[in-house]
Amino acid sequence: MTAVPSDSVGIVVPQHVAFDTPLALSCGAVLPRHELVYETYGELNAQRSNAVLVCHALSGHHHAAGYHDAGDRKPGWWETCIGPGKPLDTNRFFVVSLNNIGGCHGSTGPSSINPDTGRPWGPDFPAITVRDWVKSQAMLADHLGIETWAAVVGGSLGGMQALQWSIDLPDRIRHVVAIACAPRLSAQNIAFNEIARQAIYSDPCFHGGRYAEHGVAPTQGLMLARMVGHVTYQSDDGLREKFGREVASGDLELARDVQFQVESYLHYQGRSFSQRFDANTYLLMTRALDFFDPAREFDDDLVRAFRDARASYLLVSFTTDWRFASERSRELVDALIRARRNVSHADIDAPYGHDAFLLPIPRYLDVFSAYMDRVASETTEAAER
Amino acid sequence: MIEAPSELREDLRLISEMVPQGARVLDLGCGTGDLLAWLQAHRGVNGYGLEIDHDKITACIAKGVNVIERNIDEDLSDYESDSFDLVVMTETLQAVRHPANVLDEMLRIAPEGIVTFPNFGHWSCRLHLATRGRMPVSSHLPHAWYDTPNIHLCTFADFEALCSERGLRITRRLVVNGGYRPNRFINRWSNLFGNIAIYGLARARSGSTGPRREPSS
Repeated sequence: MTAVPSDSVGIVVPQHVAFDTPLALSCGAVLPRHELVYETYGELNAQRSNAVLVCHALSGHHHAAGYHDAGDRKPGWWETCIGPGKPLDTNRFFVVSLNNIGGCHGSTGPSSINPDTGRPWGPDFPAITVRDWVKSQAMLADHLGIETWAAVVGGSLGGMQALQWSIDLPDRIRHVVAIACAPRLSAQNIAFNEIARQAIYSDPCFHGGRYAEHGVAPTQGLMLARMVGHVTYQSDDGLREKFGREVASGDLELARDVQFQVESYLHYQGRSFSQRFDANTYLLMTRALDFFDPAREFDDDLVRAFRDARASYLLVSFTTDWRFASERSRELVDALIRARRNVSHADIDAPYGHDAFLLPIPRYLDVFSAYMDRVASETTEAAER
Repeated sequence: MIEAPSELREDLRLISEMVPQGARVLDLGCGTGDLLAWLQAHRGVNGYGLEIDHDKITACIAKGVNVIERNIDEDLSDYESDSFDLVVMTETLQAVRHPANVLDEMLRIAPEGIVTFPNFGHWSCRLHLATRGRMPVSSHLPHAWYDTPNIHLCTFADFEALCSERGLRITRRLVVNGGYRPNRFINRWSNLFGNIAIYGLARARSGSTGPRREPSS
């Protein structure tokens, strides 16, 4: 990297916090203590009214914006949306981004040491749900002195956390921005997750999840899992546009050693992911996705789930997203209207499938910015009162 | 926090007076959200607008108005019967593909509706067509026939006939001129002199059919 772009938050330093208060999990287990790694961008105002929580998706982490050092090749995963003048404008908002529990980037998770055994938790790490993440994020909010979030924001699984916040802690959140989200997974979604899990289980290096103790990792299985996932994040049009039937190597005429561009792309994506991600975390995250269903506790009535919520909502979907299709956002919109919540919904025409929420699509950024402008003006009004 | 316009266009002001305090309102083709912003700020309504124009959707969001990207020709069936108190549609009727269906849906979703549209029976349209033999183009209908969103233009008399046919009761009718202002003269000869009409609609009472009013001139 030569110079940090002016619309970037610049060099950021991850921070750590350890909680000794036990965290009772949905599965019945109790985490006696846990650590979170997080980053913050921008300044918390005197009224502490301008804080925005960013929740990460399946394979995300705390490093959402900026660079860790001047030699960094790539910025954080949501550099598109976080920074001066961007939708989550760090001149106005204090943005908090964490690695969730169960993660593998520094927060307590399956690769951490189980204090009871002195060995890595591995497969013994308790099952984690979106509700557990909300609880743990609330502990982080307390630690940072944030009583109420101006907004909780996320795409995909991150959006689900934002929705759950508004249901579980309605007094502590003013706005929800849920992008490329769904009220719960479909059978097809769960099916793809299960293929990914089976790929990991069937790797000979998996060792029932205790691979760390064997000094190995199921990278082949994780690579396959990521390849399956990655295809579901893209659209047919998007892959055609990017790769078509271009051949990367080999001879198509002789049908010899042929590798299409899309194959080598998937191999690259899968391989690089498998080297930086933990397989047990991947299993845990896909399970959290599968289990997410806020209506379940309300007799499968999504309207009732939102009835005691107080937040206002912005939902954004993308026309070619077939993993969490626009229709799934409409289900949420209809339930929110029936629950008399404030809600707006934009369906963005973009060829990039589910991954669109990470990309700089002009209309998406306009809508997101317009909404966050309103959130910011409320924050200012609150400060002036 | 809603950013309501300081002054509402006259036709929208007349509509706002027909909206009960605290009503649940659905605005079909809500545009930039001026009416809903006003109603939310001054009448305490719980309102939602449907819109398909991208820039207008962003404008609504910027104002703090609830806006949903939906096509009113295709998606109204998703809304439950009687899920709103009132459905409003201002100057959109002429641009929908299936006006009769949309009217039916409006009064399924809510017991009452308000509809406004430009009058194709206005004397200037009649004169334009009679003297020039060309499709009228005016400040209210500024588009050429081959490039217009207004695919279902009608006169006040046409609209009232349709309401009668569909069993919709006209509860109120206000007519405004080109400056969106009401006046007594055009009320009498509305189908000739009125530019925009504001109709209050309700479901037919059981046993009665059609509007109470006499057809317009």
